[in-house]
Amino acid sequence: MLVAGYFGFGALAAAHDIPLAIAVASTAVLWALPAQIVLVEMHTLAAPLAATVLAVMLSSARFLPMTLMLMPEMREARHRPWKYYVAAHLLSLSGWTMAVARFPQVPRAERLAWFFGFALVLITVNAAATAAGYLGADRLPPLARLALVFMVPMYYLLILTGTVRDRTAALGLACGALAGPLAYLATPDWSVPLGGLAGGTLAYLILKRT
Amino acid sequence: MIELWILLAICSLATYLWRGSGVLLSAGIDPRGEAFTWIACVAYAIIAGVVSRMLLMPTGVLAETTPLERAIGSAAALAAYFWLTKRNLFVGVVAGALALWLVKIALL
Repeated sequence: MLVAGYFGFGALAAAHDIPLAIAVASTAVLWALPAQIVLVEMHTLAAPLAATVLAVMLSSARFLPMTLMLMPEMREARHRPWKYYVAAHLLSLSGWTMAVARFPQVPRAERLAWFFGFALVLITVNAAATAAGYLGADRLPPLARLALVFMVPMYYLLILTGTVRDRTAALGLACGALAGPLAYLATPDWSVPLGGLAGGTLAYLILKRT
Repeated sequence: MIELWILLAICSLATYLWRGSGVLLSAGIDPRGEAFTWIACVAYAIIAGVVSRMLLMPTGVLAETTPLERAIGSAAALAAYFWLTKRNLFVGVVAGALALWLVKIALL
């Protein structure tokens, strides 16, 4: 299901005149769809470098708790430490969800290999989806291209309304959806990091109160 | 062009910072702590903020659509996702895109 998001991202990158190589490379080296969308959107808005990097960094912050939770599950004396640093780069939300669900059935010694296999397939398929979305948007008539780009907000709209089960994510997404456009009215350049900090903090406060 | 590669490299380092420190610190930190809840809230809020701005005040190609057209597309995506399929994300996303395309063609 991640494929729909990356396909749309490829189309978005094409529509914003980002080179194909950059779009596909971003899937390989960022491997975080929100960060990639933030990067393309802010580049188009010609936002200052510091604002862009701050926004990308904040949007990827969830990798810290995800890695913290997953690494102890894969630890095994036999493996070399650097392998965990490579594994951390291959981690994505869907890979993490799969790993958490399957690890109880996978023997501890085999978990790292299992994770590498699974994550590499995921990253390759989605790099291909990025390229396909990009080339599709590039070759098709303008109206069809518009429809492909529209897949990006639709992907997150459905995730927002349908797949989120945990309260932290639901509140964070809802508050962010409100704060983002408001911050954009106030300051387009810094709207993404500021809206995220404001919306996220509001969500956190609501979470603590209830 | 070259600035874009540099920007991508910096952003990729910014993302890896979290991943790498997660491995480094994974021995002694409780990932369910308060600070992490706040961090998760901010991360979710950022992507939701970008996407809602794309729908409400689009820039780039999506600015060529009217709010009504985007609302029709969104309604089609939600309907396909919740009613036509058992929450199939892919079908929902494609239905939204298809609806927007059909509305655009019909208005030509």
